[in-house]
Amino acid sequence: MNRDSNRDGATLSEDAKQSDALPGPDEQVSERSLHHIVIVGHVDHGKSSLIGRLLHDTNSLPPGKVEELEQISARRGMEIEWSFVLDAFQAERDQAVTIDTTQIWFKTALRDYVIIDAPGHREFLKNMVSGAASADAAVMVVDAEEGVREQSRRHAYLLHLLGVRQIAVVVNKMDLVDFSQARFDEVSGQITDYLRSIGAEPLVIVPISARGGDNIASRSERTPWYDGPTVISALDGFHGHPGIGAQPLRLPIQDVYKFDARRILAGRIESGSLTVGDTLLFSPSNKTARIRSIEAWSAGDLPQTASAGESVGITLDEQLFVERGELVSHVEKPPKLSTVFNARLFWLGHQPLKVGARYKLKLLTQEAEVTVKAIERIIDTQTLENAEGDLVERNAVAEVTLHSRKVLSLDDYGDLPRTGRFVLIEDYDTVGGGVISMEGLPDQRQAITVKSTNVISVEHRLAAEARASRNGHYGGVLWFTGLSGAGKSTLAMEVEQRLFAKGYHVYVLDGDNVRRGLNANLGFSPEDRTENIRRVGEAAALFADSGIICITAFISPYRVDRDRARASAPGRFHEIYIEADVETCEQRDPKGLYKKARAGEISQFTGISAPYEPPESADLVVDTSNHSVAESVEHIIRYIEKAFTLKKSDG
Amino acid sequence: MDRLDELEAQSVYILREAYNRIEPLAMLWSLGKDSNVMLWLARKAFFGHVPFPVMHVDTGKKFKEMYAFRERYAAEWNLDFLREECPPIDAVDASLPPAARSAARKTEGLRQAIAKYQLKAVIAGIRRDEQATRAKERVFSPRDETGQWDFRDQPPEFWDQYKTDFPPGAHIRIHPLLHWTELDIWLYTRREGIPIVPLYLAKDGKRYRSLGDQDITNPVESDAATIDDIIAELQTTNTAERAGRAMDHEREDAFERLRATGYM
Repeated sequence: MNRDSNRDGATLSEDAKQSDALPGPDEQVSERSLHHIVIVGHVDHGKSSLIGRLLHDTNSLPPGKVEELEQISARRGMEIEWSFVLDAFQAERDQAVTIDTTQIWFKTALRDYVIIDAPGHREFLKNMVSGAASADAAVMVVDAEEGVREQSRRHAYLLHLLGVRQIAVVVNKMDLVDFSQARFDEVSGQITDYLRSIGAEPLVIVPISARGGDNIASRSERTPWYDGPTVISALDGFHGHPGIGAQPLRLPIQDVYKFDARRILAGRIESGSLTVGDTLLFSPSNKTARIRSIEAWSAGDLPQTASAGESVGITLDEQLFVERGELVSHVEKPPKLSTVFNARLFWLGHQPLKVGARYKLKLLTQEAEVTVKAIERIIDTQTLENAEGDLVERNAVAEVTLHSRKVLSLDDYGDLPRTGRFVLIEDYDTVGGGVISMEGLPDQRQAITVKSTNVISVEHRLAAEARASRNGHYGGVLWFTGLSGAGKSTLAMEVEQRLFAKGYHVYVLDGDNVRRGLNANLGFSPEDRTENIRRVGEAAALFADSGIICITAFISPYRVDRDRARASAPGRFHEIYIEADVETCEQRDPKGLYKKARAGEISQFTGISAPYEPPESADLVVDTSNHSVAESVEHIIRYIEKAFTLKKSDG
Repeated sequence: MDRLDELEAQSVYILREAYNRIEPLAMLWSLGKDSNVMLWLARKAFFGHVPFPVMHVDTGKKFKEMYAFRERYAAEWNLDFLREECPPIDAVDASLPPAARSAARKTEGLRQAIAKYQLKAVIAGIRRDEQATRAKERVFSPRDETGQWDFRDQPPEFWDQYKTDFPPGAHIRIHPLLHWTELDIWLYTRREGIPIVPLYLAKDGKRYRSLGDQDITNPVESDAATIDDIIAELQTTNTAERAGRAMDHEREDAFERLRATGYM
């Protein structure tokens, strides 16, 4: 989460609010803020010991606990072992390994803390993730002797991926290196270098000995060369909750209640705020309605406004059919709509993630089946080197392209973290989590609203029937869709020629003639590509209106784009799927594009690194992998003659 | 939002997820301070209605004040109330220490109730700060067909995406108060004016900090006669909340064993 970007403004306003209210003696207690701290680090670098020591040094252990610890430690033949405070399970004590995320509370003079102890063992990554994802800040423990190790790097990387931006580093077991400043500087350098390489920055690096209590709550005399904060003052130096109230409104609908006469839409505001009377946009249904009321029980007057973090219930001024999964925003700053997105994900599944595999995605309250379209790169969290591969193994991080059957409402993680992340489910288990990037992909929500409002549709005096009767055939759109190299243009030109010879009025729209004029101002950005298709759809519809058979030859990979084109020419739109598998197309590669895509010169290339959504119910499927051009043309001509020719009774 | 607002919003979110994703379910009402807060939160979440049964697994050995409290508020709050009896003590594993055996009896009562109503889930008011073993819990915590809790292989839980997909026969415990502390409970009880069983308030220098069966729950030394006093007391004490609950102290791993077999 990009918590830093909004923190400053929000903290200011929170402070302002607090100073306005005069806190009575009662309020003071609940105003103590609560911070979630995650402790991470390589196995045996001393995370649990640090926590035990923190509890002890802040007087947070119950009476008798120290004696109990001494007894338990003695029974196992060791000196007092602070980590036993946390390792509550018998099994853990015997194995001396922290099994699961444990949460434990302590207080400083300034505020309250919940410590989440994240286990260091590699196979326990899922527990580490469960702990770290809810943390406001992290403390990373590095062993002074061993220095930065595999888990240190992996945890730092995951913290960053999970959105934890405040990281303090403690170099532990300084007693084992005789409190050597040189060794401390060396280890500090290692961890700083690594953190910087992933775009993170340690807020502070503290030399400590958890066992001896050095620089935990008070300054150690054994590190006279160190003049930074102790661990406690470093924690107190962390910022509070980042403000999410100033961001655009996002309210995922969790449920719709009809317990009484009210129809209440319930959900938690993830970011932004809303006020009674606001016009809300529901995505992906694209409906709008105004807030009639914000409902509440046992709260006196109903609230007029609500903001991020609140679990609310609202009623609308009209009865919209909306259900769980819709994402509410204001009209001005809507989420993106897409059936495809890129993601950086961490994989927890026992089975590796595979290209072509299907998973259940959960994004806020939305659920959808997704297919892995491509694995762009697998990231080694130690070296940050990228590798190629078809499989993402358990505990690995990768960049992938996912494709959903239904349209999802989402945000770029960089813009709005809480609505830009998701988990994947396989069978019954959560097998991965990821953050979304929409870079290079179009927002599939297009402004289909008419921008100029003074357009009055002119009634044509010529009926379509009259045009058809003069031409001897109906007008219409033949929308060729398929992969690059499937044969769309070749077939379109052949068919045009054949139809013309037969006396049909026919015209082909393709990249060449459209991009030279009508779409000369469009480039190849995702938005421009979508707009390109939109204009082609509209132009083709006009041709069809005028009685001409208009053939379009564009890849048009997204179903939603084609559906929009269909909606522009209702009843006269014929979707022709020019079908050929990627291998065949790549072999043909008439324009050398596949080669470039494979070489990485073209990004987001359909079929290679971007999805192609085949038509679900094409009017005609032309299989060019197994049929010659002549056969295919024949196939299409037969279809056209049947669909477009005037029937006797029509005349 | 202050801390109590945040806690409330999170719990309401969890309760709404539970109600939407899992059916049939019931809420466990032990009549203690935590489950009263939980019930209150349910009324907030569902705008005054509690849309699922509220169940008391009754050992028959609770304090009379608790039973009086139950009768009054089950009616006053218009609850879909279920009282389920526990089996006799003879039916419970005799190798457990006496108090733990008593607690195990309640577990058996719960197991029978779950079977009787074919419940996919029960909502329980446990908190992480109560006991180290509970600290390891998940908000949506699966149990296998026999009710066992596999604490070694718990599902990942992050970004408020809870486990809501289960193989047939699995059962789930939902913990909407997991992130609350004992002090939070009292602060919220005071703020909201939530009724409590009077045993929590000191009489003759003693009060109950945690309410279990009459024969295995002991009062603690205290002069806290009001909720304000309790809050002041909690801010200075380091004594464990469940110090008065005998079953926690009989053996190093007694509580862990209880939990693994299905105790809350």
